Amino acid sequence: MSMSTLAVTIERSAGGQTTFKVPAHDNQTVLDVVSWVQQNADPTLSYRFACRVGMCGSCAMMVNGVPRWTCRTHISKVLEGNAVTIGPLRNLPIIKDLAVDMDPFFDKWVAAEGVHHGALTRNDPIADIDESSAARVTANAGIECINCSVCYAACDTVTGNDAYLGPAALQRAWTLLNDAKDEGRVAILDAVSGVGGCHNCHSMGSCTHLCPNDLDPMTAIAGLKRETAKTVWKRGR
Amino acid sequence: MLTLRLYMLQRITALLMAPLVLGHLAVMIYAVQGGLSAAEILGRTQGSVLWFVFYGLFVVAVAVHGAIGVRAILAEWGGVRGRVLEGAMWLIGLGLFALGARAVWAVTFGGLT
Repeated sequence: MSMSTLAVTIERSAGGQTTFKVPAHDNQTVLDVVSWVQQNADPTLSYRFACRVGMCGSCAMMVNGVPRWTCRTHISKVLEGNAVTIGPLRNLPIIKDLAVDMDPFFDKWVAAEGVHHGALTRNDPIADIDESSAARVTANAGIECINCSVCYAACDTVTGNDAYLGPAALQRAWTLLNDAKDEGRVAILDAVSGVGGCHNCHSMGSCTHLCPNDLDPMTAIAGLKRETAKTVWKRGR
Repeated sequence: MLTLRLYMLQRITALLMAPLVLGHLAVMIYAVQGGLSAAEILGRTQGSVLWFVFYGLFVVAVAVHGAIGVRAILAEWGGVRGRVLEGAMWLIGLGLFALGARAVWAVTFGGLT
């Protein structure tokens, strides 16, 4: 096989693997390679993507055993020789081939109180936010999450503990806790203190290491541990 | 599988153990200068409230800390859940406490046999 051809091994839901010969190009993402296979070699291959520009968070897959956003991962960065293995995201149920069921990921997002807890109505004036305040800076650091589930797939604690809420959901809880417009402090701290809560994190750091948007869920989770620990000593939060 | 309560108990016992371990090592190194005998150790510990509290606290901290740590390993690596997990944690904690408390009791109130 010449270097102008890639050996692309794709894990299939039937349990097997199929290796395809894919033409190599100078500019080619992992998603381009998967799309080429689906369009030219095997139309039964199932996978998921939408925006192709790193915004929607739907194309994450395991690439050589590492979760990555495939639309923004150049194939040359991940090739071993001229070969690459692509599989469905870890820690989530497989629907078919490369498409996983994201329900557990989003259910945990809600379970971590990753929802807006507003206190104002539409009749109230819009509250001013000080963009330079420490809390806002902390919140801003984590809000660019695209829900791609790369951190969730990377997390060994999720693998070992099915109740664990995971890095993305806990990071969202942390941003809301630091959001001046969010009134859900007690609900959030309760939600992240249970059997699946932030205290299960072993700070292994795969989430922060692999987040495609360079976010830092590990530090966000450390913040939740700190805030919940404080509540042990003082009542009323 | 760790809740806030277990997390705090494990952190607090870790904080307790840090100075106790250092004290334990320091006294050991100091005490073995010029040889060490069972009689010498018992001479220090028998009837001593200070050493009873020192090692008594140590044993309690170890039992709590260790049981919670092994619980996490059992859950994440062994897939143990529910009542079995709770039972294992208590068994390990009480077991560690029994072993340690027996030794502390013996060096405080026991004699050379």
